[in-house]
Amino acid sequence: MKRIIPMWIAIIGGFAMMLSSFVPLAESAGEMFADVFNVVAAIAFVLGAGSLAKQHLEKLSRRDAGWGYSIITLGSFLITLFIGLGKIGIHPNEQFPQAPYSGSNEMEGSAFGWIYEYMITPLTSTMFALLAFFVASAAFRAFRAKNTEAILLLVTAFIVLLGRTFAGVVLTGWFPDWASGLRLENLSIYVMQVFNTAGNRAIMIGIALGVAATGLRILFGIDRSWLGGGDA
Amino acid sequence: MRITHKVPRRIFTNHSWKCVATFLCMAMCCARVFAFEISSEMSESVAPVTQTVAAQDIFAENVLAHNAPEQDANAPLVEPVNAATNFNSAATPNAMPERPWFNIEKLWLLLWIVFIGGAVTVSVWLAKSGRPIRIRRIAALEAVDNAVGRATEMGRSILFVPGIQDMDNIQTVAGLTMLGRVAKTAAEYDATIEVPTCRSLVMEAARDTVRASYLSAGRADGFSVDRITYITDDQFGYVAHVVGSMVREKPATCFYMGCFFAESLIFAETGNAIGAIQIAGTAESSQLPFFVAACDYTLIGEEFFAASAYLSGEPAQLGTLRGQDVGKFAVVVLIALGVLASTILVMAPNAAVVGWFLGGLQKVLGG
Repeated sequence: MKRIIPMWIAIIGGFAMMLSSFVPLAESAGEMFADVFNVVAAIAFVLGAGSLAKQHLEKLSRRDAGWGYSIITLGSFLITLFIGLGKIGIHPNEQFPQAPYSGSNEMEGSAFGWIYEYMITPLTSTMFALLAFFVASAAFRAFRAKNTEAILLLVTAFIVLLGRTFAGVVLTGWFPDWASGLRLENLSIYVMQVFNTAGNRAIMIGIALGVAATGLRILFGIDRSWLGGGDA
Repeated sequence: MRITHKVPRRIFTNHSWKCVATFLCMAMCCARVFAFEISSEMSESVAPVTQTVAAQDIFAENVLAHNAPEQDANAPLVEPVNAATNFNSAATPNAMPERPWFNIEKLWLLLWIVFIGGAVTVSVWLAKSGRPIRIRRIAALEAVDNAVGRATEMGRSILFVPGIQDMDNIQTVAGLTMLGRVAKTAAEYDATIEVPTCRSLVMEAARDTVRASYLSAGRADGFSVDRITYITDDQFGYVAHVVGSMVREKPATCFYMGCFFAESLIFAETGNAIGAIQIAGTAESSQLPFFVAACDYTLIGEEFFAASAYLSGEPAQLGTLRGQDVGKFAVVVLIALGVLASTILVMAPNAAVVGWFLGGLQKVLGG
Protein backbone atom coordinates (compact mmCIF):
# COMPACT_ATOMS: atom_id res chain seq x y z
CA MET A 1 0.00 0.00 0.00
CA LYS A 2 2.90 2.37 0.79
CA ARG A 3 4.03 2.00 -2.82
CA ILE A 4 0.70 1.72 -4.61
CA ILE A 5 -0.68 5.04 -3.32
CA PRO A 6 2.39 7.19 -4.24
CA MET A 7 2.55 5.44 -7.61
CA TRP A 8 -1.08 6.27 -8.39
CA ILE A 9 -0.62 9.86 -7.18
CA ALA A 10 2.32 10.15 -9.61
CA ILE A 11 0.33 8.57 -12.46
CA ILE A 12 -2.78 10.75 -11.95
CA GLY A 13 -0.74 13.93 -11.38
CA GLY A 14 1.48 13.22 -14.40
CA PHE A 15 -1.41 12.58 -16.78
CA ALA A 16 -3.29 15.64 -15.44
CA MET A 17 -0.25 17.84 -16.11
CA MET A 18 0.08 16.36 -19.59
CA LEU A 19 -3.62 16.91 -20.29
CA SER A 20 -3.44 20.51 -19.10
CA SER A 21 -0.77 21.18 -21.71
CA PHE A 22 -3.07 20.16 -24.58
CA VAL A 23 -6.57 20.97 -23.35
CA PRO A 24 -7.02 24.65 -22.41
CA LEU A 25 -10.04 23.79 -20.26
CA ALA A 26 -7.84 21.56 -18.09
CA GLU A 27 -5.18 24.23 -17.56
CA SER A 28 -6.59 25.12 -14.14
CA ALA A 29 -6.34 21.47 -13.05
CA GLY A 30 -2.65 21.48 -13.98
CA GLU A 31 -2.14 24.71 -12.03
CA MET A 32 -3.91 23.17 -9.06
CA PHE A 33 -1.56 20.16 -9.09
CA ALA A 34 1.41 22.54 -9.28
CA ASP A 35 0.00 24.44 -6.27
CA VAL A 36 -0.48 21.21 -4.34
CA PHE A 37 3.17 20.38 -5.03
CA ASN A 38 4.21 23.77 -3.63
CA VAL A 39 2.13 23.15 -0.51
CA VAL A 40 3.69 19.71 0.00
CA ALA A 41 7.19 21.15 -0.56
CA ALA A 42 6.51 23.93 1.98
CA ILE A 43 5.34 21.44 4.60
CA ALA A 44 8.32 19.18 3.89
CA PHE A 45 10.47 22.14 4.89
CA VAL A 46 9.42 21.47 8.50
CA LEU A 47 10.97 18.01 8.18
CA GLY A 48 14.07 19.54 6.60
CA ALA A 49 14.49 22.02 9.42
CA GLY A 50 13.97 19.19 11.93
CA SER A 51 16.65 17.10 10.19
CA LEU A 52 19.09 20.03 10.22
CA ALA A 53 18.52 20.73 13.91
CA LYS A 54 18.79 17.05 14.85
CA GLN A 55 21.98 16.58 12.84
CA HIS A 56 23.75 19.50 14.55
CA LEU A 57 22.37 18.83 18.02
CA GLU A 58 23.69 15.26 17.82
CA LYS A 59 27.06 16.58 16.67
CA LEU A 60 27.09 18.92 19.63
CA SER A 61 26.11 16.25 22.15
CA ARG A 62 28.79 13.87 20.84
CA ARG A 63 31.38 16.67 20.76
CA ASP A 64 32.38 15.60 17.24
CA ALA A 65 35.22 17.35 15.42
CA GLY A 66 34.12 20.85 14.46
CA TRP A 67 31.20 20.93 16.91
CA GLY A 68 31.76 24.66 17.32
CA TYR A 69 30.51 25.20 13.79
CA SER A 70 27.28 23.46 14.74
CA ILE A 71 26.70 26.14 17.38
CA ILE A 72 27.16 28.81 14.70
CA THR A 73 24.81 26.98 12.32
CA LEU A 74 22.09 26.48 14.91
CA GLY A 75 22.50 30.02 16.24
CA SER A 76 22.29 31.54 12.75
CA PHE A 77 19.28 29.36 11.94
CA LEU A 78 17.38 30.40 15.06
CA ILE A 79 18.27 34.10 14.80
CA THR A 80 17.26 34.26 11.12
CA LEU A 81 14.05 32.37 11.87
CA PHE A 82 13.22 34.78 14.71
CA ILE A 83 13.96 37.84 12.58
CA GLY A 84 12.03 36.48 9.59
CA LEU A 85 8.94 35.43 11.53
CA GLY A 86 9.02 38.45 13.83
CA LYS A 87 9.48 40.80 10.85
CA ILE A 88 12.02 42.88 12.76
CA GLY A 89 12.57 46.35 11.36
CA ILE A 90 9.64 46.14 8.97
CA HIS A 91 7.06 48.90 8.82
CA PRO A 92 3.40 48.03 8.27
CA ASN A 93 2.14 48.01 4.72
CA GLU A 94 0.77 51.39 3.62
CA GLN A 95 -2.51 49.77 2.64
CA PHE A 96 -2.95 48.22 6.10
CA PRO A 97 -1.31 50.63 8.57
CA GLN A 98 -3.21 49.13 11.50
CA ALA A 99 -1.74 45.65 10.99
CA PRO A 100 1.79 45.61 12.48
CA TYR A 101 2.92 42.48 10.57
CA SER A 102 1.52 43.43 7.17
CA GLY A 103 4.89 44.58 5.74
CA SER A 104 6.94 42.34 3.46
CA ASN A 105 10.29 40.80 4.46
CA GLU A 106 11.64 42.08 1.15
CA MET A 107 11.01 45.67 2.21
CA GLU A 108 14.01 48.00 2.16
CA GLY A 109 15.58 48.48 5.58
CA SER A 110 14.33 45.21 7.04
CA ALA A 111 16.66 43.18 9.26
CA PHE A 112 15.97 40.14 7.10
CA GLY A 113 16.99 42.08 4.01
CA TRP A 114 20.13 43.28 5.81
CA ILE A 115 21.11 39.68 6.60
CA TYR A 116 20.55 38.73 2.99
CA GLU A 117 22.43 41.68 1.54
CA TYR A 118 25.39 41.85 3.92
CA MET A 119 25.83 38.21 4.98
CA ILE A 120 24.30 35.75 2.49
CA THR A 121 25.33 37.60 -0.67
CA PRO A 122 29.06 38.04 0.25
CA LEU A 123 29.29 34.43 1.45
CA THR A 124 27.65 33.18 -1.75
CA SER A 125 29.94 35.35 -3.86
CA THR A 126 32.96 33.93 -2.04
CA MET A 127 31.93 30.37 -2.87
CA PHE A 128 31.15 31.34 -6.45
CA ALA A 129 34.56 33.01 -6.81
CA LEU A 130 36.24 29.66 -6.08
CA LEU A 131 34.90 28.50 -9.41
CA ALA A 132 37.55 30.50 -11.31
CA PHE A 133 40.34 28.47 -9.68
CA PHE A 134 38.54 25.19 -10.26
CA VAL A 135 38.03 26.08 -13.94
CA ALA A 136 41.77 26.74 -14.25
CA SER A 137 42.74 23.41 -12.65
CA ALA A 138 40.14 21.46 -14.71
CA ALA A 139 41.30 23.17 -17.92
CA PHE A 140 44.94 22.34 -17.11
CA ARG A 141 44.05 18.65 -16.79
CA ALA A 142 41.66 18.52 -19.76
CA PHE A 143 44.01 20.27 -22.17
CA ARG A 144 47.02 17.99 -21.68
CA ALA A 145 47.92 16.78 -25.18
CA LYS A 146 47.98 13.04 -24.45
CA ASN A 147 46.43 11.75 -27.68
CA THR A 148 44.92 12.95 -30.96
CA GLU A 149 41.52 13.78 -29.42
CA ALA A 150 43.14 15.77 -26.63
CA ILE A 151 45.25 17.70 -29.17
CA LEU A 152 42.12 18.52 -31.19
CA LEU A 153 40.39 19.69 -28.00
CA LEU A 154 43.39 21.83 -27.08
CA VAL A 155 43.61 23.48 -30.50
CA THR A 156 39.84 24.16 -30.60
CA ALA A 157 39.91 25.59 -27.10
CA PHE A 158 42.74 27.95 -28.01
CA ILE A 159 40.93 29.12 -31.14
CA VAL A 160 37.78 29.89 -29.13
CA LEU A 161 39.68 31.45 -26.22
CA LEU A 162 41.82 33.71 -28.41
CA GLY A 163 38.99 34.47 -30.83
CA ARG A 164 36.79 35.79 -28.05
CA THR A 165 39.44 38.15 -26.70
CA PHE A 166 41.27 41.14 -28.17
CA ALA A 167 44.35 38.94 -28.57
CA GLY A 168 42.69 37.16 -31.48
CA VAL A 169 42.18 40.42 -33.36
CA VAL A 170 45.78 41.51 -32.68
CA LEU A 171 47.24 38.20 -33.81
CA THR A 172 45.26 37.65 -37.01
CA GLY A 173 43.66 41.00 -37.78
CA TRP A 174 46.26 41.64 -40.53
CA PHE A 175 44.99 38.71 -42.64
CA PRO A 176 43.83 39.98 -46.08
CA ASP A 177 40.11 40.08 -46.86
CA TRP A 178 40.21 36.96 -49.04
CA ALA A 179 41.50 35.04 -45.99
CA SER A 180 39.22 36.71 -43.45
CA GLY A 181 37.59 33.37 -42.70
CA LEU A 182 40.86 32.32 -41.08
CA ARG A 183 40.89 35.21 -38.63
CA LEU A 184 40.63 33.87 -35.08
CA GLU A 185 37.46 35.81 -34.25
CA ASN A 186 35.74 34.38 -37.35
CA LEU A 187 37.08 30.89 -36.72
CA SER A 188 35.78 31.10 -33.17
CA ILE A 189 32.29 32.02 -34.42
CA TYR A 190 32.45 29.19 -36.97
CA VAL A 191 33.43 26.62 -34.32
CA MET A 192 30.68 27.76 -31.95
CA GLN A 193 27.95 28.00 -34.61
CA VAL A 194 28.67 24.81 -36.52
CA PHE A 195 30.50 22.19 -34.44
CA ASN A 196 29.29 23.26 -31.01
CA THR A 197 25.67 23.80 -32.04
CA ALA A 198 25.54 20.49 -33.93
CA GLY A 199 26.92 18.55 -30.95
CA ASN A 200 24.72 20.41 -28.49
CA ARG A 201 21.56 19.78 -30.51
CA ALA A 202 22.36 16.08 -30.81
CA ILE A 203 22.63 15.90 -27.01
CA MET A 204 19.44 17.93 -26.60
CA ILE A 205 17.45 15.59 -28.88
CA GLY A 206 18.73 12.61 -26.91
CA ILE A 207 17.79 14.31 -23.63
CA ALA A 208 14.28 15.13 -24.90
CA LEU A 209 13.68 11.51 -25.91
CA GLY A 210 15.21 10.31 -22.62
CA VAL A 211 12.88 12.59 -20.64
CA ALA A 212 9.89 11.30 -22.63
CA ALA A 213 10.87 7.64 -22.11
CA THR A 214 11.58 8.17 -18.37
CA GLY A 215 8.27 9.99 -17.96
CA LEU A 216 6.41 7.16 -19.69
CA ARG A 217 8.25 4.53 -17.58
CA ILE A 218 7.12 6.30 -14.40
CA LEU A 219 3.59 7.09 -15.64
CA PHE A 220 3.01 3.49 -16.75
CA GLY A 221 4.44 2.20 -13.46
CA ILE A 222 7.16 0.21 -15.26
CA ASP A 223 9.99 1.90 -13.33
CA ARG A 224 9.37 1.85 -9.58
CA SER A 225 12.94 2.23 -8.43
CA TRP A 226 12.13 5.75 -7.15
CA LEU A 227 9.83 3.90 -4.72
CA GLY A 228 12.66 1.59 -3.75
CA GLY A 229 12.10 -0.91 -6.59
CA GLY A 230 10.37 -4.25 -6.47
CA ASP A 231 6.73 -5.01 -7.01
CA ALA A 232 4.09 -2.63 -5.80
CA MET B 1 13.14 -7.40 44.05
CA ARG B 2 12.11 -6.42 40.57
CA ILE B 3 14.19 -3.69 38.99
CA THR B 4 12.52 -1.71 36.30
CA HIS B 5 14.32 0.69 34.02
CA LYS B 6 12.30 3.70 33.23
CA VAL B 7 12.93 4.45 29.57
CA PRO B 8 12.41 8.13 28.75
CA ARG B 9 9.61 8.39 26.23
CA ARG B 10 10.43 10.44 23.16
CA ILE B 11 7.52 12.67 22.47
CA PHE B 12 8.62 13.90 19.07
CA THR B 13 9.89 10.90 17.15
CA ASN B 14 10.52 10.93 13.41
CA HIS B 15 7.18 9.21 12.96
CA SER B 16 5.26 11.84 14.91
CA TRP B 17 6.93 14.63 12.94
CA LYS B 18 5.87 12.90 9.76
CA CYS B 19 2.30 12.53 11.04
CA VAL B 20 2.15 16.24 11.89
CA ALA B 21 3.58 17.15 8.48
CA THR B 22 1.17 14.82 6.67
CA PHE B 23 -1.79 16.28 8.55
CA LEU B 24 -0.69 19.84 7.76
CA CYS B 25 -0.12 18.84 4.16
CA MET B 26 -3.59 17.36 3.77
CA ALA B 27 -5.20 20.33 5.50
CA MET B 28 -3.42 22.84 3.29
CA CYS B 29 -4.07 20.86 0.12
CA CYS B 30 -7.79 20.65 0.99
CA ALA B 31 -7.78 24.37 1.75
CA ARG B 32 -6.11 25.03 -1.60
CA VAL B 33 -8.60 22.85 -3.49
CA PHE B 34 -11.59 24.49 -1.77
CA ALA B 35 -10.10 27.91 -2.35
CA PHE B 36 -9.73 26.96 -6.01
CA GLU B 37 -13.38 25.92 -6.27
CA ILE B 38 -14.58 29.01 -4.45
CA SER B 39 -12.44 31.25 -6.66
CA SER B 40 -13.80 29.47 -9.76
CA GLU B 41 -17.37 30.07 -8.58
CA MET B 42 -16.54 33.66 -7.74
CA SER B 43 -14.91 34.24 -11.11
CA GLU B 44 -18.04 32.83 -12.80
CA SER B 45 -20.30 35.13 -10.81
CA VAL B 46 -17.95 38.08 -11.30
CA ALA B 47 -17.55 37.43 -15.03
CA PRO B 48 -20.66 39.34 -16.22
CA VAL B 49 -19.59 42.34 -14.12
CA THR B 50 -16.13 42.20 -15.69
CA GLN B 51 -17.71 41.94 -19.12
CA THR B 52 -19.85 44.99 -18.40
CA VAL B 53 -16.82 46.95 -17.25
CA ALA B 54 -14.91 45.87 -20.35
CA ALA B 55 -17.84 46.84 -22.54
CA GLN B 56 -18.03 50.24 -20.85
CA ASP B 57 -14.33 50.70 -21.59
CA ILE B 58 -14.94 49.86 -25.27
CA PHE B 59 -17.82 52.33 -25.32
CA ALA B 60 -15.76 55.08 -23.71
CA GLU B 61 -12.81 54.45 -26.05
CA ASN B 62 -15.07 54.58 -29.11
CA VAL B 63 -16.78 57.78 -28.04
CA LEU B 64 -13.44 59.37 -27.20
CA ALA B 65 -12.10 58.25 -30.57
CA HIS B 66 -15.09 59.87 -32.25
CA ASN B 67 -14.58 63.15 -30.44
CA ALA B 68 -10.78 63.25 -30.64
CA PRO B 69 -9.70 66.44 -32.41
CA GLU B 70 -6.43 64.97 -33.80
CA GLN B 71 -8.23 62.04 -35.42
CA ASP B 72 -7.06 60.97 -38.85
CA ALA B 73 -9.42 62.38 -41.51
CA ASN B 74 -9.36 59.15 -43.52
CA ALA B 75 -10.15 56.94 -40.58
CA PRO B 76 -13.76 55.72 -40.43
CA LEU B 77 -15.75 57.45 -37.74
CA VAL B 78 -17.31 55.29 -35.12
CA GLU B 79 -20.93 56.16 -34.64
CA PRO B 80 -22.05 56.32 -31.01
CA VAL B 81 -24.99 54.13 -32.02
CA ASN B 82 -22.63 51.41 -33.23
CA ALA B 83 -20.59 51.79 -30.10
CA ALA B 84 -23.71 51.29 -28.06
CA THR B 85 -24.48 48.21 -30.12
CA ASN B 86 -20.97 46.95 -29.35
CA PHE B 87 -21.61 47.67 -25.71
CA ASN B 88 -24.79 45.60 -25.73
CA SER B 89 -23.29 42.75 -27.67
CA ALA B 90 -20.19 42.70 -25.46
CA ALA B 91 -22.35 42.60 -22.37
CA THR B 92 -24.12 39.48 -23.64
CA PRO B 93 -22.39 36.36 -22.29
CA ASN B 94 -22.84 34.62 -25.66
CA ALA B 95 -20.50 37.16 -27.25
CA MET B 96 -17.55 35.91 -25.21
CA PRO B 97 -15.13 33.81 -27.31
CA GLU B 98 -15.34 30.15 -26.38
CA ARG B 99 -12.13 28.40 -25.33
CA PRO B 100 -11.25 25.57 -27.70
CA TRP B 101 -11.31 22.13 -26.10
CA PHE B 102 -7.97 21.28 -27.72
CA ASN B 103 -4.89 23.41 -28.40
CA ILE B 104 -4.50 22.74 -32.12
CA GLU B 105 -1.03 24.35 -32.17
CA LYS B 106 0.26 21.40 -30.15
CA LEU B 107 -1.25 18.72 -32.39
CA TRP B 108 2.12 17.57 -33.75
CA LEU B 109 3.61 17.45 -30.26
CA LEU B 110 0.73 15.20 -29.18
CA LEU B 111 1.26 12.98 -32.22
CA TRP B 112 4.96 12.72 -31.37
CA ILE B 113 4.12 11.71 -27.80
CA VAL B 114 1.62 9.13 -29.07
CA PHE B 115 4.22 7.81 -31.54
CA ILE B 116 6.99 7.52 -28.91
CA GLY B 117 4.52 6.14 -26.35
CA GLY B 118 3.35 3.57 -28.90
CA ALA B 119 6.93 2.61 -29.77
CA VAL B 120 7.75 2.21 -26.06
CA THR B 121 4.61 0.12 -25.42
CA VAL B 122 5.28 -2.18 -28.40
CA SER B 123 8.93 -2.56 -27.37
CA VAL B 124 7.96 -3.42 -23.80
CA TRP B 125 5.46 -5.98 -25.08
CA LEU B 126 8.08 -7.52 -27.39
CA ALA B 127 10.63 -7.61 -24.58
CA LYS B 128 8.16 -9.26 -22.22
CA SER B 129 7.35 -11.88 -24.84
CA GLY B 130 10.97 -13.01 -24.70
CA ARG B 131 12.49 -11.25 -27.69
CA PRO B 132 16.17 -10.58 -26.89
CA ILE B 133 17.24 -6.93 -26.58
CA ARG B 134 20.80 -5.87 -27.17
CA ILE B 135 21.82 -2.73 -25.29
CA ARG B 136 25.22 -1.17 -25.89
CA ARG B 137 27.62 -1.20 -22.99
CA ILE B 138 27.70 2.00 -20.92
CA ALA B 139 31.06 2.23 -19.16
CA ALA B 140 29.83 4.53 -16.39
CA LEU B 141 27.13 2.07 -15.36
CA GLU B 142 29.44 -0.93 -15.60
CA ALA B 143 31.70 0.90 -13.14
CA VAL B 144 29.02 1.32 -10.44
CA ASP B 145 29.67 -2.07 -8.81
CA ASN B 146 33.44 -1.52 -8.87
CA ALA B 147 33.06 1.96 -7.39
CA VAL B 148 30.88 0.70 -4.54
CA GLY B 149 33.25 -2.25 -4.00
CA ARG B 150 36.19 0.14 -3.82
CA ALA B 151 34.50 2.11 -1.04
CA THR B 152 33.84 -1.13 0.86
CA GLU B 153 37.44 -2.25 0.53
CA MET B 154 38.80 1.11 1.64
CA GLY B 155 36.36 1.28 4.56
CA ARG B 156 35.19 4.72 3.49
CA SER B 157 31.76 6.06 2.67
CA ILE B 158 29.99 6.66 -0.64
CA LEU B 159 28.72 10.16 -1.35
CA PHE B 160 25.59 10.52 -3.49
CA VAL B 161 24.54 14.04 -4.54
CA PRO B 162 21.05 14.07 -6.16
CA GLY B 163 21.38 17.54 -7.70
CA ILE B 164 20.07 20.84 -6.40
CA GLN B 165 16.54 20.86 -7.79
CA ASP B 166 13.26 19.70 -6.27
CA MET B 167 11.13 16.65 -7.04
CA ASP B 168 9.29 18.46 -9.85
CA ASN B 169 12.44 18.18 -11.95
CA ILE B 170 12.68 14.95 -13.98
CA GLN B 171 16.47 14.90 -13.47
CA THR B 172 15.99 14.67 -9.70
CA VAL B 173 13.56 11.78 -10.19
CA ALA B 174 16.09 10.06 -12.49
CA GLY B 175 18.80 10.72 -9.88
CA LEU B 176 16.70 9.07 -7.18
CA THR B 177 16.04 6.01 -9.34
CA MET B 178 19.81 5.74 -9.70
CA LEU B 179 20.17 6.22 -5.94
CA GLY B 180 17.86 3.23 -5.42
CA ARG B 181 20.20 1.02 -7.46
CA VAL B 182 23.39 2.34 -5.86
CA ALA B 183 21.93 2.00 -2.36
CA LYS B 184 20.95 -1.61 -3.03
CA THR B 185 24.49 -2.43 -4.16
CA ALA B 186 25.88 -0.55 -1.14
CA ALA B 187 23.59 -2.53 1.16
CA GLU B 188 24.73 -5.82 -0.40
CA TYR B 189 28.39 -4.81 -0.03
CA ASP B 190 27.80 -3.42 3.48
CA ALA B 191 29.09 0.01 2.45
CA THR B 192 27.99 3.33 3.97
CA ILE B 193 26.13 5.77 1.75
CA GLU B 194 25.76 9.49 2.58
CA VAL B 195 23.11 11.57 0.80
CA PRO B 196 23.14 15.32 1.55
CA THR B 197 20.12 16.97 -0.10
CA CYS B 198 19.29 20.51 -1.11
CA ARG B 199 15.49 20.21 -0.75
CA SER B 200 13.40 18.81 2.08
CA LEU B 201 11.12 16.90 -0.26
CA VAL B 202 14.10 15.28 -1.96
CA MET B 203 15.40 14.27 1.49
CA GLU B 204 12.13 12.51 2.30
CA ALA B 205 11.99 10.80 -1.10
CA ALA B 206 15.66 9.76 -0.82
CA ARG B 207 15.08 8.31 2.66
CA ASP B 208 12.20 6.20 1.41
CA THR B 209 14.17 5.08 -1.65
CA VAL B 210 17.26 4.06 0.34
CA ARG B 211 15.18 2.41 3.07
CA ALA B 212 13.35 0.31 0.46
CA SER B 213 16.67 -0.59 -1.21
CA TYR B 214 18.16 -1.80 2.08
CA LEU B 215 14.97 -3.74 2.74
CA SER B 216 15.03 -5.42 -0.67
CA ALA B 217 18.71 -6.30 -0.15
CA GLY B 218 17.78 -7.96 3.15
CA ARG B 219 19.82 -5.47 5.18
CA ALA B 220 17.10 -3.39 6.83
CA ASP B 221 19.23 -3.13 9.99
CA GLY B 222 22.02 -1.39 8.03
CA PHE B 223 19.84 1.58 7.09
CA SER B 224 20.33 4.78 9.03
CA VAL B 225 18.00 7.71 8.46
CA ASP B 226 20.67 10.13 9.72
CA ARG B 227 22.85 9.56 6.65
CA ILE B 228 20.29 11.25 4.39
CA THR B 229 20.15 14.84 5.51
CA TYR B 230 18.76 18.17 4.47
CA ILE B 231 21.38 20.92 4.31
CA THR B 232 19.94 24.12 2.83
CA ASP B 233 18.00 25.37 -0.19
CA ASP B 234 20.75 27.89 -0.89
CA GLN B 235 22.93 26.74 -3.79
CA PHE B 236 26.33 27.78 -2.47
CA GLY B 237 25.47 27.07 1.16
CA TYR B 238 24.84 23.50 0.05
CA VAL B 239 28.10 23.49 -1.91
CA ALA B 240 30.03 24.69 1.16
CA HIS B 241 28.63 21.86 3.29
CA VAL B 242 29.17 19.09 0.71
CA VAL B 243 32.66 20.21 -0.25
CA GLY B 244 33.62 20.61 3.43
CA SER B 245 32.41 17.11 4.30
CA MET B 246 34.20 15.71 1.24
CA VAL B 247 37.50 17.21 2.40
CA ARG B 248 37.00 16.03 6.01
CA GLU B 249 35.55 12.56 5.46
CA LYS B 250 37.25 11.74 2.14
CA PRO B 251 34.61 9.44 0.60
CA ALA B 252 36.05 6.74 -1.66
CA THR B 253 33.31 7.13 -4.28
CA CYS B 254 31.23 10.13 -5.32
CA PHE B 255 28.07 10.01 -7.42
CA TYR B 256 26.62 13.22 -8.87
CA MET B 257 23.26 12.36 -10.42
CA GLY B 258 20.69 15.06 -11.07
CA CYS B 259 20.36 18.68 -12.08
CA PHE B 260 23.49 20.76 -11.52
CA PHE B 261 24.52 24.29 -12.32
CA ALA B 262 27.65 26.24 -11.33
CA GLU B 263 28.42 23.87 -8.44
CA SER B 264 29.15 20.92 -10.75
CA LEU B 265 32.80 21.79 -11.24
CA ILE B 266 33.35 22.63 -7.56
CA PHE B 267 32.07 19.17 -6.56
CA ALA B 268 33.94 17.34 -9.29
CA GLU B 269 37.26 19.12 -8.74
CA THR B 270 37.09 18.62 -4.96
CA GLY B 271 36.32 14.92 -5.49
CA ASN B 272 39.24 14.71 -7.87
CA ALA B 273 41.53 16.38 -5.33
CA ILE B 274 40.66 13.86 -2.59
CA GLY B 275 41.24 10.94 -4.99
CA ALA B 276 37.66 9.65 -5.07
CA ILE B 277 36.35 7.65 -8.00
CA GLN B 278 33.63 9.84 -9.50
CA ILE B 279 30.59 8.97 -11.61
CA ALA B 280 28.39 11.84 -12.78
CA GLY B 281 25.17 12.10 -14.76
CA THR B 282 23.16 15.12 -15.78
CA ALA B 283 20.99 16.44 -18.58
CA GLU B 284 22.29 20.01 -18.17
CA SER B 285 24.32 20.27 -21.36
CA SER B 286 26.20 23.34 -20.10
CA GLN B 287 27.59 21.34 -17.15
CA LEU B 288 28.55 18.22 -19.06
CA PRO B 289 32.02 19.49 -20.12
CA PHE B 290 32.92 20.12 -16.46
CA PHE B 291 31.92 16.62 -15.42
CA VAL B 292 33.71 15.11 -18.42
CA ALA B 293 36.87 17.03 -17.52
CA ALA B 294 36.92 16.19 -13.81
CA CYS B 295 35.08 12.87 -13.32
CA ASP B 296 36.13 9.33 -14.14
CA TYR B 297 32.83 8.45 -15.83
CA THR B 298 30.01 10.66 -17.08
CA LEU B 299 26.51 9.75 -18.16
CA ILE B 300 25.73 12.16 -20.98
CA GLY B 301 22.13 13.27 -21.39
CA GLU B 302 20.03 10.30 -22.48
CA GLU B 303 22.45 7.79 -20.86
CA PHE B 304 21.53 9.35 -17.53
CA PHE B 305 17.84 8.67 -18.13
CA ALA B 306 18.60 5.15 -19.37
CA ALA B 307 20.70 4.33 -16.27
CA SER B 308 17.91 2.98 -14.11
CA ALA B 309 16.56 0.72 -16.86
CA TYR B 310 20.09 -0.44 -17.77
CA LEU B 311 20.97 -1.35 -14.20
CA SER B 312 17.66 -3.10 -13.53
CA GLY B 313 18.17 -5.51 -16.42
CA GLU B 314 14.38 -6.10 -16.47
CA PRO B 315 13.05 -6.79 -19.99
CA ALA B 316 10.15 -4.35 -19.55
CA GLN B 317 12.48 -1.48 -18.66
CA LEU B 318 15.01 -2.36 -21.34
CA GLY B 319 12.14 -2.37 -23.81
CA THR B 320 11.54 1.32 -23.11
CA LEU B 321 15.11 2.01 -24.26
CA ARG B 322 14.35 0.28 -27.56
CA GLY B 323 11.23 2.46 -27.92
CA GLN B 324 13.37 5.54 -27.22
CA ASP B 325 15.74 4.43 -30.01
CA VAL B 326 12.81 4.12 -32.45
CA GLY B 327 11.94 7.76 -31.69
CA LYS B 328 15.57 8.74 -32.20
CA PHE B 329 15.68 6.92 -35.54
CA ALA B 330 12.56 8.77 -36.69
CA VAL B 331 14.12 12.12 -35.73
CA VAL B 332 17.36 11.23 -37.56
CA VAL B 333 15.41 10.32 -40.73
CA LEU B 334 13.42 13.57 -40.59
CA ILE B 335 16.58 15.63 -40.04
CA ALA B 336 18.28 13.91 -42.99
CA LEU B 337 15.23 14.60 -45.18
CA GLY B 338 15.19 18.22 -44.01
CA VAL B 339 18.88 18.69 -44.83
CA LEU B 340 18.35 17.13 -48.27
CA ALA B 341 15.28 19.27 -49.01
CA SER B 342 17.07 22.47 -47.86
CA THR B 343 20.04 21.67 -50.08
CA ILE B 344 17.79 21.04 -53.08
CA LEU B 345 15.93 24.28 -52.41
CA VAL B 346 19.22 26.23 -52.38
CA MET B 347 20.24 24.67 -55.70
CA ALA B 348 16.77 25.00 -57.29
CA PRO B 349 14.83 27.81 -55.57
CA ASN B 350 11.78 27.30 -57.83
CA ALA B 351 11.14 23.71 -56.76
CA ALA B 352 7.69 24.31 -55.26
CA VAL B 353 7.16 20.71 -54.17
CA VAL B 354 10.36 20.74 -52.14
CA GLY B 355 9.36 24.06 -50.54
CA TRP B 356 5.97 22.63 -49.64
CA PHE B 357 7.62 19.50 -48.23
CA LEU B 358 10.06 21.59 -46.16
CA GLY B 359 7.21 23.71 -44.76
CA GLY B 360 5.36 20.55 -43.75
CA LEU B 361 8.50 19.15 -42.15
CA GLN B 362 8.92 22.30 -40.09
CA LYS B 363 5.36 21.90 -38.81
CA VAL B 364 5.97 18.24 -37.94
CA LEU B 365 9.10 19.15 -35.97
CA GLY B 366 7.35 22.05 -34.25
CA GLY B 367 9.25 24.76 -36.13
